Amino acid sequence: MKEVELKMLERAKALLERGEVARVIGWKKGDFCFDPTPASFESVDELKDFTYDWFCGANLSKYLIQMSKKDGKTAVFLKPCDTYSFNQLVKEHRIAREKVYVIAVECLGKLNIEAIKEKTDGIVESVSVVDKDVKVVTTSGEFTLYKPEVVLSKCAVCNKTHQVKDEEIIIHERPERDVNRFEEVEKLEAMTAEERFAFWKAQLSKCIRCNACRNVCPACSCIKCVFDNPQSGIAAKANDSDFEEQLFHIIRAFHVSGRCTDCGECSRVCPQNIPLHLLNRKFIKDIDNLYGEYQAGETSDGKTPLTSYSENDAEPTDVVNGEAK
Amino acid sequence: MQEVTTEKKEFVPNIVAFCCNWCSYAGADLAGSSRLTYPANVKIIRVPCSCRVNPTFVLKAFQQGADGVILCGCHPGDCHYVTGNYYTRRRMSLLFSFLNYMGIEKERTRVEWVSAAEGAKFSAVMNDFVKTVTELGENKKLTDLRVKEGE
Amino acid sequence: MQRIGVFICWCGSNIAATVDVEKVAEIMKSEPGVVYSANYQYMCSENGQQLIKQAIKEHNLTGIVVGSCSPRMHEATFRKTAEEAGLNPYMVEIANIREHCSWIHKDMDEATEKAVILVRTAIAKVKLNAPLTAGESPVVKRALVIGGGIAGIQAALDIADAGFEVDIVEKNATIGGRMAQIDKTFPTLDCSACILTPKMVDCAQHEKIDILSYSEVEEVKGFVGNFNVKIRRKARYVDETKCTGCKICMEKCPSKKGLNTFNMGLNTRPAIHIPFAQAIPNVAVIDPEQCIKLKTGKCGICQKFCGVGAIDYEQKDTFVERQYGAIVVATGFKPIDLDNFNEYGYADNKDVITSLELERLMNAAGPTNGVLLRPSDGEHPKVITFIQCVGSRDTSGCGKPYCSKICCMYTAKHAMLIREKYPDTEVHVFYIDVRTPGKNYDEFFRRAVEQYGVDYIKGMVGKVYNENGKLMVQGSNLIDNEQVTIVSDLVVLAAAIEPEPSVRKVATLLTASIDTNNFLTESHAKLRPVESPTAGVYLAGVCQGPKDIPETVSQASACAAKVIGLLVKDKLKTNPCVATPDEMMCNGCSQCANVCAYGAITYVDKEFRLGGGKTEIRRVASVNPAVCQGCGACTVTCPSGAMDLKGFSSKQIMSEVEAICKK
Repeated sequence: MKEVELKMLERAKALLERGEVARVIGWKKGDFCFDPTPASFESVDELKDFTYDWFCGANLSKYLIQMSKKDGKTAVFLKPCDTYSFNQLVKEHRIAREKVYVIAVECLGKLNIEAIKEKTDGIVESVSVVDKDVKVVTTSGEFTLYKPEVVLSKCAVCNKTHQVKDEEIIIHERPERDVNRFEEVEKLEAMTAEERFAFWKAQLSKCIRCNACRNVCPACSCIKCVFDNPQSGIAAKANDSDFEEQLFHIIRAFHVSGRCTDCGECSRVCPQNIPLHLLNRKFIKDIDNLYGEYQAGETSDGKTPLTSYSENDAEPTDVVNGEAK
Repeated sequence: MQEVTTEKKEFVPNIVAFCCNWCSYAGADLAGSSRLTYPANVKIIRVPCSCRVNPTFVLKAFQQGADGVILCGCHPGDCHYVTGNYYTRRRMSLLFSFLNYMGIEKERTRVEWVSAAEGAKFSAVMNDFVKTVTELGENKKLTDLRVKEGE
Repeated sequence: MQRIGVFICWCGSNIAATVDVEKVAEIMKSEPGVVYSANYQYMCSENGQQLIKQAIKEHNLTGIVVGSCSPRMHEATFRKTAEEAGLNPYMVEIANIREHCSWIHKDMDEATEKAVILVRTAIAKVKLNAPLTAGESPVVKRALVIGGGIAGIQAALDIADAGFEVDIVEKNATIGGRMAQIDKTFPTLDCSACILTPKMVDCAQHEKIDILSYSEVEEVKGFVGNFNVKIRRKARYVDETKCTGCKICMEKCPSKKGLNTFNMGLNTRPAIHIPFAQAIPNVAVIDPEQCIKLKTGKCGICQKFCGVGAIDYEQKDTFVERQYGAIVVATGFKPIDLDNFNEYGYADNKDVITSLELERLMNAAGPTNGVLLRPSDGEHPKVITFIQCVGSRDTSGCGKPYCSKICCMYTAKHAMLIREKYPDTEVHVFYIDVRTPGKNYDEFFRRAVEQYGVDYIKGMVGKVYNENGKLMVQGSNLIDNEQVTIVSDLVVLAAAIEPEPSVRKVATLLTASIDTNNFLTESHAKLRPVESPTAGVYLAGVCQGPKDIPETVSQASACAAKVIGLLVKDKLKTNPCVATPDEMMCNGCSQCANVCAYGAITYVDKEFRLGGGKTEIRRVASVNPAVCQGCGACTVTCPSGAMDLKGFSSKQIMSEVEAICKK
């Protein structure tokens, strides 16, 4: 990862020096080794804080909505999964494509600090990765963890490849893996309706409506969210019903259906650890089954499954467990 | 949420039916002028096209205490607005499947295509839907999906 | 603050017998926002409307709810009433307490309770209504008639006589339709061709009528007053402007074995042909499936002999695009296929024929020059048995559930004509019922029985089979309660009629409603019988339901009157219930444009103030209200809820939902 980081830094410097871009979106070092944050670098000087490590899980594509409105070009580092969100946003005219310089970077799966903390003691001081071994040094000693157990949930089943190919690539592609991202959805589907209801009721009851999922979601990029708009009839007002509170996640999942690239950011940022991605993935799975495989963000044009149709689509009554009878 | 009284009253479900103006609403009118009965607990909301029905309307109905929600539109291929009901079909297939995934009985939701000439079908569909929903009993889930801690 | 008035109609006893209208009106008095509530016997009457107008003025009403019959019935009436009293017509909502309540429920308490909820729901909606103003759109003063049978011909002539341009699009090579195939017409026994062909000629010669034969409607865009129609002119391989109809090509064509479809396949015709002697246009057409030149590249004889050089083997389908203000659908019918009726032996016996085939056999221009000879051996049939209701009134699923309406009369006609021309022929008719409503119809039928001695047998036929060259018709005689077998030389089946299959495509293109039997649906069975629910589309002839020639002609003329009434207007009011985007919330994501069937949504870059003197250019949706039809597909696809529909806004529908669900 260090090698990649150096290459990225080199490119960022060159682009800024030559004035080819006005800014570079990347990650900047945090207070600890595990909390890099997305940042915009506008000069070579600022790049001293630049980092790219095993904790750079954040999806930078959403920042481009605002950045591409600014003067000058914006360079951005996108991991494979981020490129889908990027394409989807270009498709929806939210990002001015010509004002963005994409540099695709390798990922290999980002780490979940919460999972590492759970498996170690003390304060984490440094983390390094060699193949499937994650070496963690903490104030209490050294630990070696098995990587697949401490990656972000979105990375555990990731099979994504770079979708923006016309610009720069700093990468050696990860070999194809045999993963089934629908496994968890299938588990839920196999439960009885009562069990499913109990599961979701327990999960969603944890929600504190902090809106972190909405704020991070690249598909949830509305200028004004329906939940903030009293005209929509959805947003709650004082003395109104608790409609919004109760159905927020269902409505949100429907709104992003057909557009969600399964980037997994919602679950990553949820402070209550609600597996929100399982809502979106159900829609993805049903769409694949009913209307043919579809990966949002694979291309930056064309219609989504919900803005197209076929004359022979299954009838709603014939759809059982997400499949046409 | 009101407590159910000990007195056992026969359950009468509350059904919201969204009907498109051109086919199904006319079909319901024909059921009426042909005096083809269906239970009084079915109440119709007129929309220009079934594709006007936002999933939030369906969710709102359930959350407000509806026990069943049915959408009726022109038969696929016969939409007054050419393609509207094709979108309805996809949206509602996915929504209903999703609600089922959340544990809400699929039988509480339905899409039926009823043309302006199908008064008899309209009445039959409503009778059948009311029967199905009555068997399922009261909808509590969607009025009570989230519980705050301590409740 | 809203000031709502509620008006509950009794509709005589239609509503009042099951809904306690006085109670409903009384309850509404205490609804929030309601300042006036009344009930009246007939709200739609002069007095009822007066009551509404007065209340609007006296109580300064800002919106009204009428609890009455379906809005499809009287919404327009009450909107007009409101307008006359100075209230915006779109501040009116109808609670349908007749079709959706009093007529379907029997229990007074139950129906009254439901009526209360329905009226409350309408109140909840009307409180959120906003005054709307209808826009205007121009009217193209030209009509399109789809189908060139007697219905289309009559409609076109009437419209053209009023001074408007009319195009007739006919899929066959000639106009005339089914009526051209018929020999005589009931109940007067006029010669069909003698009354039809002059009208065909009138069409051809009328300066306002353009006949596009051998053409089909391919695409329809637009709306009432302004349809944009793409018409496919199929390649006929003959230059219509050059061909003189001399028929020399027909004589010389070496490929003469094509089935003569005009004669119901009872004889053959050349690959290049004019469908029948009086065809309009009197121009040849080449059947590409049959033409040797088109199939193999060798031949070209017709081209050699054509004196005017009209033959063009290279001709391709062409397209014309034209604008119309109104469209008449007159696509007609065909007899059903008899594949499901093996018991009558139609497929196996040449001498089992349909009534339309008999028409050709009896027609002087038909394959036998009008001499009734049976197809198998060209002999005169001595015993002829007619079977009625073949596929009509059939609820078994094999045929059609409806009555085809014309068969009783034409069978009486056939029987009578045969007995007249060949008195030594025995004629039997198996029937379920004989239905003869119509001026001089029953008299006509009685003549067949009383004067001409036609043997009518009430009963159904179980089986027709061939025994030693004779057709055995086995049936029951319900009057004498016995099984009968009639040894016949010819069996004629009164096959049910069904809409011409191409009507489905036409209906889809026009977004005109169609029923389960493929008949186009009229806007109102009694009061708007020639209008499709799709504005600007009118229905004539059998495409709307089984009917005979006099009825078809009446309906066609009625259509013409409606079309003329439309075309004399310079402008039409448009539906103001269209989609409208809130630019402040629009993401410009294009999802709405992707689902718009009309291309009504475009995007514009607009400058927005961000505060602090800053501005931002944003891509936002813009709806063309003249093109938007108000379906609402875009409103649901919009993730931010920026798109809403006037008259059916999200808030309105949500409040209706709430009003219904509130326990």
